[in-house]
Amino acid sequence: MSGRPVRMTRAIEFSASLRYRDPELGPEENARAFGPRARHHGHNYRLEVTVAGEPDPRTGMVMDLVELKEILHAEIMTRFDHKDLVEDTPYFEKRLPTPENLALVIRQVLLEALPPGLLARVRLQPSEDHWVEVSEEDPARDHWVGASADEAHS
Amino acid sequence: MKVAVTRRYVFPAAHVLCRDDLSPAENERIYGKCSNPNGHGHDYGVEITLSGPIDPKSGSVVDPAWLDAQVRRRVLDRFGHRLLNDDPAFAERVPTAENIVRVVEEELEKALAEHPDPPRLARVRVHETRRNTFETGDS
Repeated sequence: MSGRPVRMTRAIEFSASLRYRDPELGPEENARAFGPRARHHGHNYRLEVTVAGEPDPRTGMVMDLVELKEILHAEIMTRFDHKDLVEDTPYFEKRLPTPENLALVIRQVLLEALPPGLLARVRLQPSEDHWVEVSEEDPARDHWVGASADEAHS
Repeated sequence: MKVAVTRRYVFPAAHVLCRDDLSPAENERIYGKCSNPNGHGHDYGVEITLSGPIDPKSGSVVDPAWLDAQVRRRVLDRFGHRLLNDDPAFAERVPTAENIVRVVEEELEKALAEHPDPPRLARVRVHETRRNTFETGDS
């Protein structure tokens, strides 16, 4: 019997440094454009990764949590923890290492690493008071909305 | 795919839950200990969630400095260290956390109406205490 998808979330934390720099601007213009963010600084990022799906009838799991932990270690911790986002990764040559852009990079990395269709949400929190969520389309919910609209017409 | 950005703020304020058209006994019955006429207060936590496309130049859904300035002027400086009942926003409505959600929502909609390329106000959430949370918008 299948029901609504079940979501599972795993959190990790990594520490990285960064600075905002527009390569077309000089040092003083960058300082003016980005203020303190133009200086070398760092964050303890909290990352929550949510996978969603129908629990496997045999194992009762949406996804093996150990497998998710291993993927997060291999794909996220080794890439970003105790690294400089601009100097040590290839992702921020042409775009700023904003929380939005880092969340999009992480989403892309995880879409390629996770079994297809499982990723539901990436929540990246650079500080207690600021976070970014990137949510995937929800086929189950979209289906449900469509179904109720059809019912209204019949 | 949907991208949403949330920033969280705090302001301390006092309020009294009562309606002037009701007797003290009726206010006590409806609002309980929150109807204490001498007031009580909370550190209100306010979370503003905006969603929309990421501007390729800034790499952001919204400039955090713009949002901070709007929230500071329209919410924190206005309501922080005040008795909420004294504010015109609560002249016609009881300063419950539900109505604080509404007022913050209205103020943010006003701010976004002045923004040249406004993101969508996806959610307003108010934490009255660590155990009581109120919100409107996306779940």
